[in-house]
Amino acid sequence: MKKLINTPESVLEDALAGFAAAHPELTVDIPNRVITRAARPAGPKVALVSGGGSGHEPLHGGFVGPGMLDAACPGEVFTSPVPDQMLAAAKAVENGAGVVFVVKNYTGDVMNFELAAEVAAEEGLEVRTVLVNDDVAVEDSTWTAGRRGTGATVLVEKTAGALAERGAGLDEVAALGERVNAASRSFAVALTAATVPAAGKPGFDLPEDEIEVGVGIHGEPGRRREKLRPARELAAEVVETVLADHHLTAGDEVIALLNGLGATPLLELYVVYGEVAARLAERGITVARSLVGNYVTSLDMAGFSLTLTQADAQLLDLWDAPVDTPALKRA
Amino acid sequence: MDFDTPLFDTALAEAWIRSIAAAVEKEQDRLTELDSAIGDGDHGSNLRRGFDAALAALEGLQPTGPGAVLTRTGTTLISKVGGASGPLYGKAFRALGAALPEPAGPVALAEAMAAGLDAVRILGKAEPGDKTIVDAWTPAVAALRAAAAAGATLPEAAAAAADAAEQGARDTVPLRARKGRASYLGERSTGHQDPGATSTALLFRTLADVTGNR
Repeated sequence: MKKLINTPESVLEDALAGFAAAHPELTVDIPNRVITRAARPAGPKVALVSGGGSGHEPLHGGFVGPGMLDAACPGEVFTSPVPDQMLAAAKAVENGAGVVFVVKNYTGDVMNFELAAEVAAEEGLEVRTVLVNDDVAVEDSTWTAGRRGTGATVLVEKTAGALAERGAGLDEVAALGERVNAASRSFAVALTAATVPAAGKPGFDLPEDEIEVGVGIHGEPGRRREKLRPARELAAEVVETVLADHHLTAGDEVIALLNGLGATPLLELYVVYGEVAARLAERGITVARSLVGNYVTSLDMAGFSLTLTQADAQLLDLWDAPVDTPALKRA
Repeated sequence: MDFDTPLFDTALAEAWIRSIAAAVEKEQDRLTELDSAIGDGDHGSNLRRGFDAALAALEGLQPTGPGAVLTRTGTTLISKVGGASGPLYGKAFRALGAALPEPAGPVALAEAMAAGLDAVRILGKAEPGDKTIVDAWTPAVAALRAAAAAGATLPEAAAAAADAAEQGARDTVPLRARKGRASYLGERSTGHQDPGATSTALLFRTLADVTGNR
């Protein structure tokens, strides 16, 4: 294992210290592991709180700021945060209009956020939970923990954040988040496995010339393994897989997120995105907005995920709204 | 009541938590190994962190009954573990605690363990056969109840529960996981013993040990 760390045990704490130093516009409570905006919004505003295991940066801490999240709770690497973090975050940012938890669908995250929501309700906080489960790689949801939350999280946090900023009510913001999740589908391909610092070795064995098709962001196994092929073929297959699960028809508009999993150069992401855009154009689907880069990563995993969100005027308006976070900025 | 029949009281509850912490430390590597095969390999270290914290949380606690010890343990597990096992075991211990305000014999202990099982099933939405904690805990409750109904002493009932839990854990080997991260493996999750069911068997074995040593 070759990593820029001090010790495997201190990775999260050390990274939070660096994040705090780099972003004085945010408040980073290192012992309690809560990242919040430095200033509360002026008037009542629905507060957006998210969180999850670390290792997916910039998710979620990189999306804290005006126009997006109010707080993020980073857990240990690939391990859900604990309810104490979410409660502390909710109390720190609640501003008289209730709290929305944005939760990726993983067993641990769901349970810990559920317990936090229970206690928050007991303490008089109004909480709604938006579950993100966009990964079409999981086919038989009745026999598994269900579809995993991946790239759609960025779209949910951006659009729900924008709506909250405009003063929408708690139920309206939560409903928008659910609508964006329902309008989104994702699929990922890994070229290499991620190495968790504490484990010291890659999470799964993948021969040099093979790829994991349908991989999860913690290295969960995908649908199958196959030989590496040219980007054109891989992109076409991923587009077809996502569309097969979508209700898109010619003439529809989408927001496309071509996301790097951590160790893939932007040059390659653009190669893939060029192919994705061409395939979508062939199908008559208009990419109204696109985002290419590393947004929901899996440590040092090489590969990409594609998220397609069916767009409409409201979603595009919210997508275009101003945002000022470490990882996403728009004037 | 026969005064020679031991009850599950405050001292026994504390001894149980100490015994679990020691057992988790001893078995940490085995739990991690089982979890590496079908999960993410952190079950051993997560439980160790949790029960070490639970032990520390008992320092200075002046419990009003066995339930207070177990409730505090549950709260600590929820706060310190994360992942899925923290909330599941945390909720289970809190349910045990709520059910055991007073020293209890086998019948009351069996019902408390049933309440703990319900807590796990509700939060985890798991049923027997899903390859989870539930697969060890369910037969343990059945054995406890049967023993209690037959007039067994606390040590006898706890020993029967431990045997049943261990058998339940072994019986998870051929199952296909339907909950948690292992579920994404599909058929590839068969042939491995479930780490959660294994740690549940440890809980019941340590309970038998501490009641038997009384």
